[in-house]
Amino acid sequence: MLNFHKEHKNLVLTAGGVFIALSTLIAILPAFQMQGTEPIPDEKPLTAHEEEGLRVYVSENCMACHTQQVRNIEMDNVWGSRPSIPSDYFYSKKRLDVWRQSPSTLGSERTGPDLTNIGARQPSEDWHLLHLYNPRAVVSASVMPSYPWLFKEVDSSYMPTDAKVVAVPKAYFNKPGKKIIASYDALRLVDYLKYLKQTELPGDNVNDFIPALKKIEAARSEDGTQSLDGANLYAQVCAACHQGTGKDIVGAFPSLVGSSIVNDENSEKLIRVVLQGYDARTDYGVMPPFGDQLTDAEIAAILTHERSSWGNDAAPVTEEDVAKIRQYLEMELNK
Amino acid sequence: MKNCKIGILLFLAVLPNILSAQEKITTDNWLSSPGIIGTFILIAIVMIIAIIILFIKLNGYIDSMKRRQLDKHRMAFDDEIVAMEGADIDTILEKRKAALTYKLKGDELSGDNEAVDDKGLLHRVEKDPNNAFFDEKKKTSLSLETPQELKKIVIYYIGAAAIWLVLGTLIGQYLGMKFLWPEMDQQSWLSFGRLRPVHTNMVFWGWSSLAMIGLGYFVIARTSNTKIYNYKWAWTAWLLINATIILGTLCLMAGINNGGGEYREYIWPVMILFAIGLIITFYNFYKTVATRKISEIYISNWFILAALIWTIVLAIIGYLPFYQDGLGETVIQGYYMHQGVGMWFMTFTLGLVYYYLPSALNKPIYSYSLGVLAFWTQMLFYTMIGTHHFVFSPLPWWLQTIAIVFSAGMVIPVVAGTTNFLMTMKGAWNHISKSYVLPFFLVGTVFYFVGSMQGSVQAFRFTNFVWHFTDFNVAHSHMTMYGIIAFFLWACIYAILPKLTGKEPSQVFVGAHFWLAFIGLFAYMISLMAGGTYRGLSWIDGNPFIESVILMTPYWVWRAVGGSLMFASHLVFAYNFYYMVKGYNKTKPSELAKPIEEITV
Repeated sequence: MLNFHKEHKNLVLTAGGVFIALSTLIAILPAFQMQGTEPIPDEKPLTAHEEEGLRVYVSENCMACHTQQVRNIEMDNVWGSRPSIPSDYFYSKKRLDVWRQSPSTLGSERTGPDLTNIGARQPSEDWHLLHLYNPRAVVSASVMPSYPWLFKEVDSSYMPTDAKVVAVPKAYFNKPGKKIIASYDALRLVDYLKYLKQTELPGDNVNDFIPALKKIEAARSEDGTQSLDGANLYAQVCAACHQGTGKDIVGAFPSLVGSSIVNDENSEKLIRVVLQGYDARTDYGVMPPFGDQLTDAEIAAILTHERSSWGNDAAPVTEEDVAKIRQYLEMELNK
Repeated sequence: MKNCKIGILLFLAVLPNILSAQEKITTDNWLSSPGIIGTFILIAIVMIIAIIILFIKLNGYIDSMKRRQLDKHRMAFDDEIVAMEGADIDTILEKRKAALTYKLKGDELSGDNEAVDDKGLLHRVEKDPNNAFFDEKKKTSLSLETPQELKKIVIYYIGAAAIWLVLGTLIGQYLGMKFLWPEMDQQSWLSFGRLRPVHTNMVFWGWSSLAMIGLGYFVIARTSNTKIYNYKWAWTAWLLINATIILGTLCLMAGINNGGGEYREYIWPVMILFAIGLIITFYNFYKTVATRKISEIYISNWFILAALIWTIVLAIIGYLPFYQDGLGETVIQGYYMHQGVGMWFMTFTLGLVYYYLPSALNKPIYSYSLGVLAFWTQMLFYTMIGTHHFVFSPLPWWLQTIAIVFSAGMVIPVVAGTTNFLMTMKGAWNHISKSYVLPFFLVGTVFYFVGSMQGSVQAFRFTNFVWHFTDFNVAHSHMTMYGIIAFFLWACIYAILPKLTGKEPSQVFVGAHFWLAFIGLFAYMISLMAGGTYRGLSWIDGNPFIESVILMTPYWVWRAVGGSLMFASHLVFAYNFYYMVKGYNKTKPSELAKPIEEITV
């Protein structure tokens, strides 16, 4: 009937027709289905500034190395508190303009960290700017490119009033009488990065992660309520600014080695700084609060690690200490 | 009878228990509940029986048709015999008698007979057969008479492809080094994010696509035993595709990116040129096949025509905006990037191999039907598996599952194709020692099997756990786009160009190309696979992310080493190409040549 061996018309029409049918089934229909997605009640749309930042993100093709999807497997728990759901992308994945399509932010390579929740994990503008100017200034082993074209070199004397100066350590920029300021694009890009936070789902409606491999699971349950690994937590949460060695980056982040706050026998001030954040010194960047992000036990483990490493030698901090101060702070707020 | 009654009573007594046991049933695992499975089995039994009956019926019908046809033939033969003249019958019988009594004299190959070669079977006379040091490999014996216009088209397509290959892999090599020295430059237009899609798009649309189409022109004309329908269109498409890559590259370097979806980075005003180029090429090929001078459409043309039509559809679906907000874009992205590889590069290249491999070995393809099977299963399975790039992602679970299941189904077209190629090579292994064309084909075939199967396995949920998002993906894509596509394309190029131009590159240089590319690819692949695995395991263990960056450094070094070898091989290839085509238009077609239309394939 169809005789594909001799009828070129039948051959081409069948091959094309079946392919179009299959494509409709497997791509177009599911894609249309996804158009019905609605945002999470608390989800915030992008502001004009954040939207501009997204455009910088696309134009520098950050998607080549950074994903924005928390998969529903346990290893991805470090990138967000819950697996990503279609609604998470309601505002950020819209067609950019006539020329460019909806940005492919989910990505397929994780050469660098996932950015789903970067705004919560790293809320400091100073850190982001310095990191963009030269990633190795804050993370020495980083292989991320630096983006000097998003910054301007200006004379200290002719500084525009609204300029945002980036505190670049001398090792990376050392010209007397000159300063590095962030360009408009850099500030917008950071706005966008700070926007990237997972919206909490209403109620207890949380879909869980698929547990990791059984072996690890078993090892974990054997430990029971085992002590948290402070060094590991420190590396994940704090080392981005305070370095793996606790050393300072002059002009950006203070040293923890021999610091009077860290080594203080009474750990109250130290715990306060972590819970509330810190902005007392103009010669350093602002430290964001971590109270919402870390549990008491985690904070205790990190601080114990800080107080016993790099030559620091102070008494460990317990979970109870942190809980006490947290309670105290809440009372203070409610007053 | 009594036993039976007791049995029924017992059953009735137990029945409430069975029923009550079902109270706790939830909707979880509904698929694995006994009832559902039982129902499936029962329906399946009915289906199978129905299918068996259908086959028996069909068989009977076909048999009766055949019998009728046989009777017709027999009657026609009888009529012919009856109508013959006596003298004709005598001649036939005389001939047969002579044949039956023929005996060899025993001195045909010796004695005093003069050496003659009536049928022109001898091509080369070796004067010094025992020279062990310079065992000269066989030169191409066949010079194909091809219209000058077609020759020019093939050469210009492959030439442009070679330029894009050298440039594209130079960029790739530069990107690979940036993993080791991230501060190599401070230019925005050379930054990693902007340059990565420049590399991928350039080798995809520039090198592979142009080389494929160029080689395709020859196959289409040759296997249809006719002239290309319209030479001018070929040049228009050539210009459009090259313009696409130049404009796309400039856009990307200037920071104009369609949205960062892999292989969809060119904005639509640029990509539309490519699509028009494809449409023109398709129409030209289609028209050529339509005006073919033999009744059958050779299997290569199936693949080539389908690849073109599928890719045109794909480009349109990939760029239409109506369903691409939110995760709709992600569904399309998975579909698009996988089909780009599967329906365009893989399908087209397989079509080329179905012609160039048997023609290089001077024997027919092992099984035509296996090729047809591979063709239809390629379409069915490849189309469904795009979402396997997004396993565990927020995309619908059913979509991911289909992708995984059909990835496993890819075994069928891959094994069919591999078997076909290997069985075609069987009995011709001595070609390995004769030229470098077969080694290129062999490596391509082996990678076709290994790379495709590895891809299928990678789609499974467990392997995704370890490998997804790591450099393993990069290793996989090079194993396929380079190990399969590039090696097959080189095999085809080395098989055909010397026949068109009459100039064969030195074996040393073809060998250098082969070994540098092969060893380079191996180093590239193995290092990234090992590194990628360690990286995935480090993530599963919950180590800080930066540790997984640090542990990759030695593997990135080896990747850069492999990449350098690959790049060096492309320089050698470019030289070989130059050598083959230099002054091709000055070589005169031999006077005995018949015009292409009169040559049977």
